[in-house]
Amino acid sequence: MNLLEVFNSMAYGPAPESDSAAQAWLDEHNRKLGLFINNKWVHPDGADYYTSHNPANGQVLAETVQATAKEVDMAVAAAQKAAKSWAKTAGPVRARHLYAIARNIQKHHRLLAVLESMDNGKPIRESRDIDVPLLARHFYYHAGWAQLMDTELADYQPVGVVGQIIPWNFPLLMLAWKIAPAIAMGNTVVLKPASYTRLSALLFAQIVAEAGLPPGVVNVLTGSSKAGSLLVDHPGIDKVAFTGSTDVGRILRRQTAGSGKKLSLELGGKSPFVVFEDADLDSAVEGVVDAIWFNQGQVCCAGSRLLVQENVFATFIDKLKRRMGQLRVGDPLDKAVDMGAIVDQSQWKTVDEWVQTGVREGGCVFQPQIDLPKNGLFYPPTLITNVQPSSEVVREEIFGPVLVAMSFRSPAEALELANNTRYGLAASVWSENINLALDIASKIKAGSVWVNCTNQFDAAAGFGGYRESGYGREGGKEGLFEYLRPVWQKRPQPAEPIEKRKAWGAHIPTRPSDLPTFSAKSRPIDRSPKMYIGGKQVRPDGAYSRAILDPKGNWVGQVGDGNRKDIRDAVEAAHAAHLAKPGWSMRHGHNRAQILYFLAENLDARHEEFCQRLVAMTGCSLKQAQVEVDACLDRLFTYAAWADKFGGSLQETTLSGVTVSVNEPVGVIGIACPDTHPLLALVSLAAPAIARGNTVVLIPSERFPLCATDFYQVLDTSDVPGGVLNIVTGQRDHLTQTLIQHEDVDSVWYFGSAEGSFQVEHESACNMKRTWVNYGQARDWLDPQQGCGHEFLHEATQVKNIWVPTGE
Amino acid sequence: MSSSPERNPGTPLDLAWVTSARVNRSAVIRRTATLPGRRTVKKTWQAAWFLKAISCMDLTTLAGDDTPGRVQRLCAKARQPLRPDMVEKLGIGSLHLTVGAVCVYPNMVSEAVSALKGTHIPVASVATGFPAGLTPLKQRLAEVEQAVADGAQEIDIVVARHQVLTGNWQALYDEIRQFRAACGDAHMKTILATGDLATLKQVYQASLVAMMAGSDFIKTSTGKESVNATLEFGLVMARAIRAYLEQTGHIVGFKPAGGISKAKQALVWLALMKEELGDAWLQPQLFRFGASSLLTDLERQLYHYMTGRYAAKHHMPMG
Repeated sequence: MNLLEVFNSMAYGPAPESDSAAQAWLDEHNRKLGLFINNKWVHPDGADYYTSHNPANGQVLAETVQATAKEVDMAVAAAQKAAKSWAKTAGPVRARHLYAIARNIQKHHRLLAVLESMDNGKPIRESRDIDVPLLARHFYYHAGWAQLMDTELADYQPVGVVGQIIPWNFPLLMLAWKIAPAIAMGNTVVLKPASYTRLSALLFAQIVAEAGLPPGVVNVLTGSSKAGSLLVDHPGIDKVAFTGSTDVGRILRRQTAGSGKKLSLELGGKSPFVVFEDADLDSAVEGVVDAIWFNQGQVCCAGSRLLVQENVFATFIDKLKRRMGQLRVGDPLDKAVDMGAIVDQSQWKTVDEWVQTGVREGGCVFQPQIDLPKNGLFYPPTLITNVQPSSEVVREEIFGPVLVAMSFRSPAEALELANNTRYGLAASVWSENINLALDIASKIKAGSVWVNCTNQFDAAAGFGGYRESGYGREGGKEGLFEYLRPVWQKRPQPAEPIEKRKAWGAHIPTRPSDLPTFSAKSRPIDRSPKMYIGGKQVRPDGAYSRAILDPKGNWVGQVGDGNRKDIRDAVEAAHAAHLAKPGWSMRHGHNRAQILYFLAENLDARHEEFCQRLVAMTGCSLKQAQVEVDACLDRLFTYAAWADKFGGSLQETTLSGVTVSVNEPVGVIGIACPDTHPLLALVSLAAPAIARGNTVVLIPSERFPLCATDFYQVLDTSDVPGGVLNIVTGQRDHLTQTLIQHEDVDSVWYFGSAEGSFQVEHESACNMKRTWVNYGQARDWLDPQQGCGHEFLHEATQVKNIWVPTGE
Repeated sequence: MSSSPERNPGTPLDLAWVTSARVNRSAVIRRTATLPGRRTVKKTWQAAWFLKAISCMDLTTLAGDDTPGRVQRLCAKARQPLRPDMVEKLGIGSLHLTVGAVCVYPNMVSEAVSALKGTHIPVASVATGFPAGLTPLKQRLAEVEQAVADGAQEIDIVVARHQVLTGNWQALYDEIRQFRAACGDAHMKTILATGDLATLKQVYQASLVAMMAGSDFIKTSTGKESVNATLEFGLVMARAIRAYLEQTGHIVGFKPAGGISKAKQALVWLALMKEELGDAWLQPQLFRFGASSLLTDLERQLYHYMTGRYAAKHHMPMG
């Protein structure tokens, strides 16, 4: 077009970003990039190579190594060697290293951005204005935590060597989220970028080496999913961090089960975008653009489920369609496009198949009449209406530029629809009514909630999911704990790899013993402890009982032999306690504290009786029993104290407004108690859980459950609402099996055998519930760190970050 | 002004609509902050957009020291905004490029009209007690009538800010209605003086009322407020124009004024119009820049486009 033609048409023209430096970088490496281990390029002899293409035009960019077991060993060995000195390097020194990395990222900002867009297909605007600035920001922010670790996190130590596997949608940003906290906390890493997008991680590694990071602290290993699997399985790895699909997350959960490796997972989502009638609708439309047409919709937290109040639904959809017509899709290196290319042909096909599914389900598909490049993997922005919560396209993650839209009638219905999903990564809420917006934000089950904004990210606020969107947080102080272990704790390392055993948890109900349960002299009235479910004493569903013997084999009592139905009932009761008005988690911390203090008061009133019970049951001395009961009282006081002091904090993000991190309860927690210190362990575990608003299904010590059945009488007299703490006695692993397989349980804490720990972690993958297990290792429940350290509160809560921009 | 077929006749005051307006400031800022990164034009396209910006300029002098000589100089520049050698080299002689209008104080209208004789360039006059709008209504109406009588084809009126600040929409509507009647065939641009308003919501509400009262254009600023034409004001007003069009079918133009002095800013404003309102708002019939020093920068950028060399300011003829 010539000048006059453009003057008349006022069209946009091409606005290309130069790729000359990125091409030169690839050329300098002969378009054949090695692994980056020990700050050196490694080209293994006879290695297989994998070709990277530019998804916008199909051009070959470079080849990268397909790492094999040998290179995985080499990288892990490098990281292990470096870990020894890096963990001992003083925090302030590590801080300066991270600071140098941040600065060096900024010095190579444009090259990183251009290469990222070439490799991934995302618009240069995003890589330049969002991804790379956040990359630098994460290293700045975590430099600060390295500086402060010795004082602020004195009870913690580094985990060791971390294996990190990242996805292709934000290669650099995900790398930042993984590497920055890990190395700040004194760990070393082996990072495997996604198969589709390997180049920017290698460039980053070179930039890090240029910034003077010691060899072996950050190693980048390219390869297939097989290499990823080898990395995860490697015995030298102490922790695995993964971002990607829920399906792969499930596999990794099973794969690492019982190994003692820490695991954090950031998985899929189908995040709701809720628009109320009193929202600024034009701004909410822009929000939708940023929610679902950001990075071609290939965003785990994409606001892909639009929920609009029915009375403004038609208006809103009209506005949205008009806006979609203004979107520009094209060359990712064009500075004036909104959407680039889909990362790979297979992904493009998947997206298109989902849209066809939507059509088959009766959905109305709208795609604006806009120009798409003839070649390259471009997909138009797509809106599907006339869909319902029962539609597959509403339930499943599409991971492309496809939005589904539904209406709702009331705030309550909006909430119900928003939470009607297996996922819980993020949500966006639009309303000019602060009461409404914050109420909905607090009740949506998701790790990030954006009020009148969307897709806000910052290093100072943790990002991560509820439910099947995974666990662990990346960013914020909350994210650091994924890379830390309590100072007292050694890396749990089960001696032998554990195999899945079908018979685990199998149990034949108990039969009568030869020991008399009644004696006119010593036991003049029969006592039959029951289950404690929903605030009521109930007989075991199976109507079986088990005898409890002291260590010498003397009969000391009987308890119900619980089965899966007792667990089922207890879980229902635990949920009912959340639904009660007020639900347990909605009560004020003050109220929960009062109840815990009252529990302590009533336990103390029966101090001697509990001591006698412990002596008779466990054979401990009276003095030891007194110490244990005293410690229980102390624990109750401690968690009464924490009941109103762990609500969260203000995050200092880059948002103009407030970002609040809320330590929300996890929900329903199943707890399997150990046999050591049967009363103290029970109280140490149950008290933090209920103090922080969870409800609990508790399996007391299998050998010594009578103190638990005594304890429910204390619960009864202490105003603990029914269903908050449910007690099911019986065989620990048998009951645990039902708990861990229960898909409406949010977390299971298991303090039993190494095999049981394996089973719990393995089976938790059914609904990706959180787990906390001991790998068969004992802990000293009397020790203040081991018995009531910060990790108890950490396990009892999940962090939600609510972003509220301000300004009128 | 070249004729646009239908002027906005206005509508009755719809108070329910005005009071239900919602504007979320932080979301507006996010949109305007990311727009310059989302849209840009380069090379030929950039040059064409610069030319378009010239055609949409209200070349303005509104100073206490304006004299007939100053107005004549401005009008000469309006007739020939680009050096003839540049016009020739760009190959745009057929455009007969001029600015959109010349904007002056009422007392300078006659001078401007005679200086622009033989062109199609309209003279715009500020009126109604510009810039504060706080003289008695009788005088403000008389001022409009006088400017029209002197040959102004466009009248840039100012609103009485207190009516917006106190939410006295009826009074605001009634006054603007009277100004519109006084304008007759002259087009009316209503200056909201957005820098004096309290919130973006008020900017949106005042925009609606001004359009209901029959404004042909709504305009951000007098150039005398401490905050002039920001992209946030522009976005909110553009959205109001779009809502008014959707609701009533009437088309209203937009004029940001004050603080727009760089060619790059002009591109962002044009992109804002294109994105929010469409290509029809990239013509002087529906879009104007109120500016005095923007033209020189546009000339210099066009010179750079032509030659690849950065231009000296003193090589561009003064306006």
